[in-house]
Amino acid sequence: MTLSFAFDLLLALALLWSAWRSLATPDLTRAVVMFIVFGLLLALAWARLSATDIALAEAAIGAGLTGALLLDALGAWRRAAKDDES
Amino acid sequence: MKSALRLAVVLLALVLAGTLMAAILELPGANQSLPAAVAAHMAVSGVEHPVTAVLLNFRGYDTLLEVAVLLLALLGIGAAVHAGSETEDGGAEGDPVLAALARLLTPLLILAAGYLLWAGAHRPGGAFQAAAVLAGAAVLLHLSGQMPAWSSPGLLLRLGLAGGLLIFLALAAGLLGQGALLRYPPEYAGALILLIEASLTISLGLILAGLFLMLAGRRGGA
Repeated sequence: MTLSFAFDLLLALALLWSAWRSLATPDLTRAVVMFIVFGLLLALAWARLSATDIALAEAAIGAGLTGALLLDALGAWRRAAKDDES
Repeated sequence: MKSALRLAVVLLALVLAGTLMAAILELPGANQSLPAAVAAHMAVSGVEHPVTAVLLNFRGYDTLLEVAVLLLALLGIGAAVHAGSETEDGGAEGDPVLAALARLLTPLLILAAGYLLWAGAHRPGGAFQAAAVLAGAAVLLHLSGQMPAWSSPGLLLRLGLAGGLLIFLALAAGLLGQGALLRYPPEYAGALILLIEASLTISLGLILAGLFLMLAGRRGGA
């Protein structure tokens, strides 16, 4: 009981921290990575709430696909910026 | 000035959050227990997992509309990409380790998607999760340079994208005689849900992959 409560507390704190880091960091790559971390932690939180279906969807779509899309967009934007310079 | 503005925004956000919390606390309790209602009708749902029963049977039209919204989003992206420059992009140039890993993982991912689809009838899983795994496989193949971006989807791909929604709609239209939208006859409910979920898995997988691959087609000229 106390161990699982400590885990939940840690999870909640990690969620808030990763959400804050993702929004506040000036480095976009780090922001995207923190967003993916946030998604995975959120999936864990759904699993702790016994909502396994939502946990699966969050891990696959929220963290996986959205993270890949954001990283890809970041890469495309960087390339475009570099092309403009040269 | 700027910090005053920021303080005002923070205050407004706090007031909004407080109002929302108060509103949720003020809500009257549900006058009937939904989990009990779902459990009472599980026998006629055609599946054994309550979440799948709600998504595909009791609230089937919600899922129907969700799929339509996703397809519309993809159509919007397709239109925006077409308006831009058309460039052929064969994917990133291959890193041999990544390419080998992608070749190794793709059959496993397809197998996992099939399992998730089948498992949806009696345990957590289902069409959306299976489709996300399929889309992940497609994105992996593209990133390892083994699948070109979808700059101009052909007829087969278009059929695949719309097929899930079309089959869902056709079944919904065919079942209108039952008296309500998407009310399945109990003896066929399991088979119908499996048919809908299988077609949704393929279509949603293509749609989710398309969100990535259609945008990727534009990259060279962006």
